[in-house]
Amino acid sequence: MEPVFFYIFAGLTLLCGGLVIANPFTRNPVTSAMFLFLTILSMSGLFVLLHAFFLAAVQVLVYAGAVMVLFVFVIMLLDLKEEERRRMKLAAVVLGAVATGVIALAMIGAMRHSRVGLGLESNVAEGSTIALGKNLFANFALPFELVSLLLLVAMIGAVLLSKKDLR
Amino acid sequence: MNAVSLQEYLVVSALLFCLGLLGVIVRRNILVIYMSLELMLNAANLALAAFSRFNNNLNGQVLVFFIIAVAASEVAVGLALIVALYRRRQTTHVEDLATLRL
Repeated sequence: MEPVFFYIFAGLTLLCGGLVIANPFTRNPVTSAMFLFLTILSMSGLFVLLHAFFLAAVQVLVYAGAVMVLFVFVIMLLDLKEEERRRMKLAAVVLGAVATGVIALAMIGAMRHSRVGLGLESNVAEGSTIALGKNLFANFALPFELVSLLLLVAMIGAVLLSKKDLR
Repeated sequence: MNAVSLQEYLVVSALLFCLGLLGVIVRRNILVIYMSLELMLNAANLALAAFSRFNNNLNGQVLVFFIIAVAASEVAVGLALIVALYRRRQTTHVEDLATLRL
């Protein structure tokens, strides 16, 4: 059953990721945000398939919950009606597509040749909350505290940046 | 049916990363560029979680945890910057924001 779900979630992730950057019907940023939301949800499905259950929950809570709400709030704050009408430049689209296509082919080709992870079994590491929490607080206590500092700095920065008169 | 291999997860991750890169290159709306950045971070997360699972090592998942925290704070600061920029220049179109261009 696992491969079926893998292909469903991987296909959904890539499809919605593609619709984030290039939607043929509309160029409204709200649509991009909604498709990013779907991408994140199907990514959390992939995390469940990788037995990273805690990460799947955090992905939904933090990304789909907090980050996407922030994006939608900012889209609401900015008045973007005029932005929709602009056209993308054809040369930029073609060049960008060619460049990223070459990069994708190079990465996938390198993976094929290196035969990475060929003998590895997938049924060992469990990403349960207990195991992850033990590892986090036993081996990564200092980075964990530094992340709290980073969040504080980000909060102060966001408050300062959104003050009325920036000095 | 045999199980999904590490390579398939890595291919999905690489494709998702390239989609994000394409979005950063092609799109001209700074908010959509920001969303594409999130896509690229998510692709890195997927690769790390896959490596963590297949190598029987939880450190990769801890790193994903940190990446999610950093991405959340980055989004907060970046969106505050975009709002401040919009308040001053009334645009989110990157080609109108060419003050630093030579």
